[in-house]
Amino acid sequence: MLRFILTRVSLIIPTFLGITLLAFFLIRLVPGDPIETLAGERGIDPARHEQLLKEYGLDKPIFVQYGIYLSRVLQGDLGKSMITQEPVLNEFKALFPATVELALCAILFALMIGLPAGIIAALRRNSIFDHGVMGISLTGYSMPIFWWGLILILIFSVQFDLTPVSGRIDVLYYIEPTTGFLLIDTLLSEEEGAFWSAVEHLILPTIVLGTVPLAVIARMTRSAMLEVLGEDYIRTAKAKGLSRFRIVALHALRNALIPVITVIGLQIGVLFTGAILTETIFSWPGVGKWLIDAIFRRDYPVLQGGALLLGVVVMSVNLLVDLAYGLINPRIRHTR
Amino acid sequence: MALVEIENLSVEFPTQGGIMRAVDGVSLKLEEGEVLGVVGESGSGKSVTMLALMGLIPFPGRVKADKLTFNGRDLLTISERDRRKLTGKDVAMIFQEPMTSLNPSFTIGFQLTETLRLHEGMDRKAARRRAIELLEQVGIPSPESRLSAFPHQMSGGMNQRVMIAMAIACNPKLLIADEPTTALDVTIQAQILDLLMTLQKERNMGLVMITHNMGVVADTAQRVMVMYAGQIMEERSAADLFASPQHPYTAALLAALPERSEGGRLATIPGVVPGLYDRPKGCLFSPRCAYATEHSRSVRPELRPWAGGHIRCHYPLGDPDRDAAIQHDHPIKTEAAS
Repeated sequence: MLRFILTRVSLIIPTFLGITLLAFFLIRLVPGDPIETLAGERGIDPARHEQLLKEYGLDKPIFVQYGIYLSRVLQGDLGKSMITQEPVLNEFKALFPATVELALCAILFALMIGLPAGIIAALRRNSIFDHGVMGISLTGYSMPIFWWGLILILIFSVQFDLTPVSGRIDVLYYIEPTTGFLLIDTLLSEEEGAFWSAVEHLILPTIVLGTVPLAVIARMTRSAMLEVLGEDYIRTAKAKGLSRFRIVALHALRNALIPVITVIGLQIGVLFTGAILTETIFSWPGVGKWLIDAIFRRDYPVLQGGALLLGVVVMSVNLLVDLAYGLINPRIRHTR
Repeated sequence: MALVEIENLSVEFPTQGGIMRAVDGVSLKLEEGEVLGVVGESGSGKSVTMLALMGLIPFPGRVKADKLTFNGRDLLTISERDRRKLTGKDVAMIFQEPMTSLNPSFTIGFQLTETLRLHEGMDRKAARRRAIELLEQVGIPSPESRLSAFPHQMSGGMNQRVMIAMAIACNPKLLIADEPTTALDVTIQAQILDLLMTLQKERNMGLVMITHNMGVVADTAQRVMVMYAGQIMEERSAADLFASPQHPYTAALLAALPERSEGGRLATIPGVVPGLYDRPKGCLFSPRCAYATEHSRSVRPELRPWAGGHIRCHYPLGDPDRDAAIQHDHPIKTEAAS
């Protein structure tokens, strides 16, 4: 077990290096530099431009810049935002809970609908329900997130005025960030209506971000369930005289969940990618929107640091999923 | 009252190519404590017949019968609920592949106690004690530590013992063993058969031994039912059947046993079991039968009482008028040579 964790953790190092490389060089391939962007359309005196580039160390050869950056990262220094002058790590810490809150809600939403839908579709194979669920999930999987988000806003916010268009909570409320999770903080704050306002703001982003995982989970659950239901041990369970519910919910589901959990693990990365788009559409103040803004502002340190931190999060979550996998599948439980 | 009474049982599966009849007019009586061997090639309907008795025919299979009773209870009209109270308790079944017949995600202990808690209403502790007893009875060493083992941590033979322990947990009146030794190696086969026979005698339970191994039948069964293409071809006491088979198919099966061959090439039955599309009009065995006549190819024989058992053949081997009847019905030149 310890050996397994150590192997996995040691794999993080090359991945980590890869992320720094990609983030560092890709953003520099984009034309323009932070100074130009800051100056905006007014332009900037070329001499002043040179001076500022020198101040930020952006005049040095690119590999030297990378070396300096890497040595700082290894010392735990992710640098400061060129725009706000705030340390990147602090900004990340402040914004990350919003993203986690959204991602968690999305994955819960996907599980709560996707699992039962997949199970029922498998049990009623080839029924109208089955074809309906599979058709809808294929559509859901194929829809571009930004388009889906805009359509939902048009329908629910503009047409029917049911949900707010953007943000995490109504501007009426000021909630002191205790945990960073608004659903919890609003309950702690005892401000009337704040919790519901937070919930309202979560609905559309959750649906938008949860749609792809929902489709993937529903399809995966269905096919895993179909496969498991044909297994010999299900016949054994029936021969024992167990109730249909117990056979499906315990004997079959436990085995069908194994591939589903793998897929959920793979979806974590997709979820953060989706969060970047979703947060932009709904002006959700999380790390996704923060990264998009950083790209537009050519805020090199934020982009590099943000990508790196997100990468670490995704890798850690994947490790956790792999460990959870052993819990549910005794055949691959990592011994010694 | 017989323990099991089946009359004219048919099981059909709708397929894209039409209705596939897996079991065709099977009738059968089984007394308490009797050991019945059911033999036949793969696809002869022997397992499906027993699955129908267990109520385990998977959707969209259809079960039809004039009579289907277990211990006096009508299984054709029984409710799902009552049926579940019977299956696993009074009638239990073990299967061919012990490695895949146990759920890989649960421990042996969980799967074993589950039956006890469901049917006997035992609490966790009592069920655990009983589970240990059962594992001991089926000859599993250090049963207590095995309770927390998963199926993949045990051998096939051990898993089959666990399956048997599970099946006998609630003292069933009937145990159906569907090729219980096919997937095991030869030494383990003998052990498992011994175990089954010992348990059968101790408990005087009915035992149906489904197999395509004639040797297994000879060692265990009191009565034998030979099935072919979903129909019973011959049914009589094991001693009689092995001494003087009456159906050409049974005779051909026995002749194919290595133990019975007298050197030279091992006898085979040419051809294959008829499928969905090439089901003969007359006797289902006629295309492969050495004694087929024009009559047997056009008229399907009924199952009829014969020599202390039943037979489905126009020309039983022990019939003194047999040769005359075959001559009269115009024998067909055998295709056996091809």
